Amino acid sequence: MTDTLNALVLFANFVFVPGLAYGSQLALGALGVTLIYAVLRFSNFAHGDLMAFGAMGTILFTWVLQGAGITAGPLPTALLALPVGILGAVILSLIFDRTVYRFYRAQRAPPVVFVIASVGVMFMINGIVRLVIGVGDIRFADGGRFIIRAREFREMTGLAEGLALRSTQLITVVVALVVMVALFYFLNRSRMGKAMRAYSDNEDLALLSGINPDRVVLYTWIIAAALATIAGTLYGLDKSFKPFTYFQLLLPIFAAAIVGGIGNPFGAIAGGYLIAFSEVTVTYLYRKFFTYLIPGWEPEGLLQLLSTEYKFAVSFVILVVVLLIRPTGLFRGKTI
Amino acid sequence: MKRILMATAALTSLAGATFADGHAVKVGVILGYTGPIESLTPQMADSAELAFKEISDSGLLLDGKVIESVRADSTCVDAGAATAAAERLITSEGVAAIMGADCSGVTTAIANNVAIPNGVVMVSPSATSPALSTIEDNGLFFRTSPSDARQGDVLANIINDKGISSVAVTYTNNDYGKGLSDAFIAAYEGLGGSVSVNAPHEDGKGDYSAEVGALAAAGGEILVVLGYADQGGVGIIRTAVDTGAFETFALGDGMFADSLIEAIGDDLNGTIGSVPWSEGDGADAFMAATKEAGVNGDSSFTRESYDAAALIALSMQAGGNADRATIAANLLSVANAPGEKILPGELGKALQILKDGGEVDYVGATNVELIGPGEAAGTYREYIVKDGAYETVTFR
Repeated sequence: MTDTLNALVLFANFVFVPGLAYGSQLALGALGVTLIYAVLRFSNFAHGDLMAFGAMGTILFTWVLQGAGITAGPLPTALLALPVGILGAVILSLIFDRTVYRFYRAQRAPPVVFVIASVGVMFMINGIVRLVIGVGDIRFADGGRFIIRAREFREMTGLAEGLALRSTQLITVVVALVVMVALFYFLNRSRMGKAMRAYSDNEDLALLSGINPDRVVLYTWIIAAALATIAGTLYGLDKSFKPFTYFQLLLPIFAAAIVGGIGNPFGAIAGGYLIAFSEVTVTYLYRKFFTYLIPGWEPEGLLQLLSTEYKFAVSFVILVVVLLIRPTGLFRGKTI
Repeated sequence: MKRILMATAALTSLAGATFADGHAVKVGVILGYTGPIESLTPQMADSAELAFKEISDSGLLLDGKVIESVRADSTCVDAGAATAAAERLITSEGVAAIMGADCSGVTTAIANNVAIPNGVVMVSPSATSPALSTIEDNGLFFRTSPSDARQGDVLANIINDKGISSVAVTYTNNDYGKGLSDAFIAAYEGLGGSVSVNAPHEDGKGDYSAEVGALAAAGGEILVVLGYADQGGVGIIRTAVDTGAFETFALGDGMFADSLIEAIGDDLNGTIGSVPWSEGDGADAFMAATKEAGVNGDSSFTRESYDAAALIALSMQAGGNADRATIAANLLSVANAPGEKILPGELGKALQILKDGGEVDYVGATNVELIGPGEAAGTYREYIVKDGAYETVTFR
């Protein structure tokens, strides 16, 4: 019995908890990507750097708050600064929409033109973030760092394995859940949400029924920028803020959105968790886990499916398989 | 257009003519002024040029020649760009020797593709990959930094002396990390220790939970991290501390930085490691010289850079000629005993001794002693982290 518990705690500590937090961050990012794709009909490559920009705004205001002596007690101050970061990201998105994307929308340019334009926007945001806050590693999490430490858990339960739970991990999962519920409520119940879905289904029909396209675009950017900022800030709180890592996040985020079915919000969430868990589970070493689970069995090898350097290959293999077998993604989005 | 081209050509040939008056000797300084170690290279180049200036100002080099330094960018990571830059130095600038390059990967590329085929001496201040000990260099490649084969050995001994018999190893996935981890594992297993797993990690990622999960599952008393303090290495340590996977760490030289202690805090206490170090009269003399010249000599590899530059100049004087073959032939003899010991700031004295037909044993800032295939033996500082500060245990 203790051995089974040890195995479960071991698995929770190194696979389940990190995977859940990472999956929530990916899911929030993928939601933003999928929303832009559904309404504006292009893959927004600037999303990773928009996350960095939003997180940067949050960090700058966090410093202002900390300087003024305002903190959120046991919670990170960054949560208080989040609205300011969101505001910054929204303004930046709207500026780029007015100056770049609106021009191509008026021309009814093909999606590939939008994609290339978004790569240009990506490089611009990339540069802005580096100019303002620099390229280094920034830690901005304050408040209580741990809910429970591995050592405390061991002493408390008497088990051989410890379970560490960081407050940022819990905050990530809770905030992600709240945001997801709010988004679904908005899309399914509110008038604007319904208009967005109608616009996404059939643009011409939506225009005929009197939906104002400018407002739909405006709301889409506001929601996408808010999601990007929240995802970026949570990721930065949980790990650390470094502009370059956000650029690299773009790949798993797109993999998550496409695997789940791009354009389908539910698919983005499922895809986020699927990618995160497959990255961790496929590269984990199961020897210790099975030694606990099956008494008397001492495996010779390390019981590792793939070495950790193939972590990123895992998302791509899943992506390729899904595109080959079910091009619309698991939850039937749009075909790319 | 044609006129502009012709004018440019004429100007370049004029410029070439002014330099080729036999008064100046050109030496290339090829370092990664852009790229991952761009924060270190300006100080390294300044230190090398400080040695050149000292030589030139003395007026004793080959009857009053001066050394002119020509900088080129190795980028640290792009072998193609580094090779092109070295090609330019050798064929169009006509340098007599090259001080550089910096990172192991580009250094190997330059040595194999450009320097060795053209018979040009390279003295690298910072390329530490063990693979560079065995390249076919025709006696043209030298380095003032020790090979990581030596560091692997030192680190294995430090860990073994603590009575630790099993470790997990993670290294940064490049030429440096791979070379150091191979050397460490060979030495450690030779001492009777066991390595449970040897897993690479990529730099520049945010999430290292998969790597740490695998390392923790493999087990081991401590985790050996052979990476960079401002890159993946710190992410690995932070995740390992957070999940309770490991409590004690042993670190390679790339992890030695104050920023690591700031980032991890008290949890780093008890961590052990090794880093190339210099102390004694040479290091003090170097600090005095750099302070006077307004150069930041406290940065990494500045001492090695100064020594590399000084060795090139002294070997010209020893052979009485500034051509490429002379430098290659005399470099080992000025670096090693017998002869008068030479510290930083005494380069003028060394030139005078060589001019009078005497011998010198260049000690420099790092106690230069070139062994085997022309590389430094090196002194390492064994440290332990105590109360949030690095504390020297001993020198090895």
